[in-house]
Amino acid sequence: METRELTCIGCPMGCLLTVEIDKGEVTSVAGNTCPNGERYAKKEVTNPTRIVTSTVVIKNGDKPRLSVKTKSDIPKDKIFQVMKEIDAVRIDAPKHIGDIIIENVADTGVPVIATRNVESI
Amino acid sequence: MTYDVIIIGAGVSGAASARELSKYKLNVCVLEKAEDVCSGTSKANSAIIHAGFDAPEGSLMAKLNVEGNQMMDRLAEDLDIPFKRNGSLVVCIHKEELGVLKDLYDRGVANGVEGLKILSREEALALEPNLSDNVEGALYAPTGGIVCPFILNIAMAENANTNGVDFRFNTEVEHLSRDDDGIWHIRTNNGEYTAKYVVNAAGVHADIFHNMVSSNKIHITPRRGDYCLLDKEMGGHVSHTIFPQPTKYGKGVLVSPTVHGNLIVGPTAIDIEDKEATATTQEGIDSLIEKASMNVKDLPVGRKVITSFAGLRAHEEHHEFIIKELPDAPHFIDCAGIESPGLTSCPAIGKMVADIICDLEKPEKKTDWNGKRKGIIDPNALTLEERNELIKKNPAYGNIVCRCESISEGEILDAIHRPLGARSLDGVKRRTRAGMGRCQAGFCSPRVMEIINRELGIPMEKITKSGGRSNIVLERSKAVKGDE
Amino acid sequence: MLAYDIVIIGGGPAGLAAAASAKKADTDSILILERDHELGGILNQCIHNGFGLHTFKEELTGPEYAYRFEKEVYDLGIEYKLNTMVMDISPDRVVTAMNRTDGMIQIKAGAVILAMGCRERPRGALNTPGYRPAGIFSAGTAQRLVNIEGYLPGREVVILGSGDIGLIMARRMTLEGAKVKVVAEVMPYSGGLKRNIVQCLDDYGIPLKLSHTVIDIEGKERVTAVTIAEVGPDRKPVPGTEERYTCDTLLLSVGLIPENELSRSAGVEMSPITNGPVVNESLETSIPGVFACGNVLHVHDLVDYVSEEAKRAGENAAKYVQSKGEEISGDVIKLVATDGARYTVPSTINVNRMDDLLTVRFRVGAVYQDAYVSVYFNDERVMHNKKRVLAPGEMENVILQKAKIASFPDLKTITVKIEKE
Repeated sequence: METRELTCIGCPMGCLLTVEIDKGEVTSVAGNTCPNGERYAKKEVTNPTRIVTSTVVIKNGDKPRLSVKTKSDIPKDKIFQVMKEIDAVRIDAPKHIGDIIIENVADTGVPVIATRNVESI
Repeated sequence: MTYDVIIIGAGVSGAASARELSKYKLNVCVLEKAEDVCSGTSKANSAIIHAGFDAPEGSLMAKLNVEGNQMMDRLAEDLDIPFKRNGSLVVCIHKEELGVLKDLYDRGVANGVEGLKILSREEALALEPNLSDNVEGALYAPTGGIVCPFILNIAMAENANTNGVDFRFNTEVEHLSRDDDGIWHIRTNNGEYTAKYVVNAAGVHADIFHNMVSSNKIHITPRRGDYCLLDKEMGGHVSHTIFPQPTKYGKGVLVSPTVHGNLIVGPTAIDIEDKEATATTQEGIDSLIEKASMNVKDLPVGRKVITSFAGLRAHEEHHEFIIKELPDAPHFIDCAGIESPGLTSCPAIGKMVADIICDLEKPEKKTDWNGKRKGIIDPNALTLEERNELIKKNPAYGNIVCRCESISEGEILDAIHRPLGARSLDGVKRRTRAGMGRCQAGFCSPRVMEIINRELGIPMEKITKSGGRSNIVLERSKAVKGDE
Repeated sequence: MLAYDIVIIGGGPAGLAAAASAKKADTDSILILERDHELGGILNQCIHNGFGLHTFKEELTGPEYAYRFEKEVYDLGIEYKLNTMVMDISPDRVVTAMNRTDGMIQIKAGAVILAMGCRERPRGALNTPGYRPAGIFSAGTAQRLVNIEGYLPGREVVILGSGDIGLIMARRMTLEGAKVKVVAEVMPYSGGLKRNIVQCLDDYGIPLKLSHTVIDIEGKERVTAVTIAEVGPDRKPVPGTEERYTCDTLLLSVGLIPENELSRSAGVEMSPITNGPVVNESLETSIPGVFACGNVLHVHDLVDYVSEEAKRAGENAAKYVQSKGEEISGDVIKLVATDGARYTVPSTINVNRMDDLLTVRFRVGAVYQDAYVSVYFNDERVMHNKKRVLAPGEMENVILQKAKIASFPDLKTITVKIEKE
């Protein structure tokens, strides 16, 4: 049996949630004022995920950096692994919104895609 | 090469001396430890051209103040320096102290200040409606003025440079000695310089050099003054420079418009030991508005302040300028203790320093000396048609870099490429005002950095705010130093 | 002199949305003037996600959100000029602008839409004591340096202010390899979204110190340390609570100010609360035919609301041009914000000019729990909506119905207030 405390991000209330976990299963959520709190707590405790946004080095473009994001959310504990791969990228312009920059980042099955248009010069 | 004259310090005293000496056939060099002119006391002060009623009758300070004040119109015209005689008022708020105004008046008359007048409460309020309701009377000095201290300093240095004076920046004097032939050896972090004459215009550091060469010691106390600069929205709150009655620590907290349309409030007066300690304090800043509000009403506290800063006055314990050749150190000329009214006095100080050297050296005058300098164009002062012409000739004037002060790329390019051009963000700021507005360089600093990078080939990571280790960005992101 | 039906000052999210809606409302001659070298405004440097949930029902990054509107502007064939600074707007709507290629341009505008956005409050406004070394950045300047230019402004960072930009930059600097030591917030609550506190600070173990401020900055050349202290209810530092952090960088995220130099010089009446123009139900300022929308009008929390407001400004400007500035008569009803509500946008309503539904936006001055947003027509309470929480960081709104306003006898004042019960 394990107890964790979380701040709900559903609304400005920021309810302080107390979550009880037994063998990886959420057994109870307390402190929430609405059902969103319970849903958030369950997800955040069992499988927390995040979208990572950053930039990559782009050569011969009209800008020195291309902004990118993971196309969908990735496990929270892989953020820094994802960043490591993003930092190592060296690509050439042009690149456009939605272009795939990394196919499968940090073995998550999720691609990293461009979020801006950088034209070549 | 042995210089005829080496001047230590490129503040207003050093720059004024250099310009005066540039009229003669002399090899002159200015050594400055900072990366630019106007980096010490000259850059952080009230920016006031004082009328001259404060200094004791018969003092050198009084004499040079009144002379400097009178020289300012011509200097401003010749060198294109923003200067305005807005007049000053010393405000009395206690009936029983009205006599002090009379004393000041008498002293001013004795010092040779013209146009002084004691005003009744009604007259004072008619002239300056935002004076405190408690005003009992005021001393009006129409010759009081305001100046851009940066441009005053920069313009004199530029003009000296154009007339042949060398400037060495990032060059800090470490040791001074005089050899048997009477030549001064000046050891610096950038090698040794030699000269027949040394001018000690080192501001708060002047005592260090004086004491290296003379047995008659002096002590300069850095007297810190905190200031607040208010938004241009407040620039019209008063039109004259408003002083309280003076105390033994100086002229007190003044409220004044600046030549660029802001409102300045300050300074405090706190004696310290550290000659570089220009940190403001909460107590200092808090006390400013409180003190200023005794003489001027409705001063907005808080959010109309766009910046606060502190300057150090070079206070010598006898509160007098020391400008002379030292009896026990021949050809070493002190220019020390230059605190307020130093800015006002600087043209006269420069003249006096040059006169001392000329009396000894008897140099020939140059025939091709050019005492004029054109400042950076202010496109905001042009008509639409003139501005259009300017942009057609040089499209850089059509690109605004600093939004708050409406400064174009053309002005910044001029600041970088003119004599003794800017090398840093502060250098650009002091020459053009880019970054001096209400957003305080938040918007324009990356853009000014790009221009410096492009024009001077200084890598972005090496561009500084004001020299030394004041780098703005530390490195390329993504650790790609090698491959970009 | 050039002439356009509508001139829009600013090509950020507000200007783009206003242009598109004006075009769709059958105004052909529209010109956007943008001072940067590309459209999109500040969104281009906001590379984090979370934009567009209301508008597009998906989470976009700033550049993606901006591009949707840019594309619309391109597809609709709306004219725009980049690298163009507007220098002046005259009360009779002559816009003077400048760029490298055209020089000085004067444009006679049938209507003007102000969409200049806002800027960050600088250090000076805080009067923070200490030295003034390099290494002090507003969060947005640091964001530009990192995201657009690709430079690291610092390695060890203290952040003052917990507005969303500050929180976003805490995460951004961390992901780029910097160490963010603490975020100090002078208020007892954060002005940022809960989500950003969790995902930008908690995720990376960055402490948030509420009721704390910076009381000293050390470093003669570059920042070397920052001291923060707790503040009492009077927001003055409490002696003995000082904590010193060695660092090379101080980021400031201490508020945004609408950028209204042009509006002021044109003579537009300004609100001392929002620092933006006073507008009527049509988002028209005190100068007829001059409209305002987006952050230049009042600082928004979500860009979705900027787009929505800008759409209305564009439609109303089109209407104004098509009616050739003809006055629509009608009684002017005053909107008043009081008891916790700080302001309302708009400030007046002419019922004959309003749409069937009108969204009135406002902000509160403190955090309220289980309070009511109430609307009074004269002295009669007509709306009483319970809210679990109201916070200064979030924009609130009430929706007024034209039919109800029109049928209320002798309506002079509509008051928005916060009530405990």
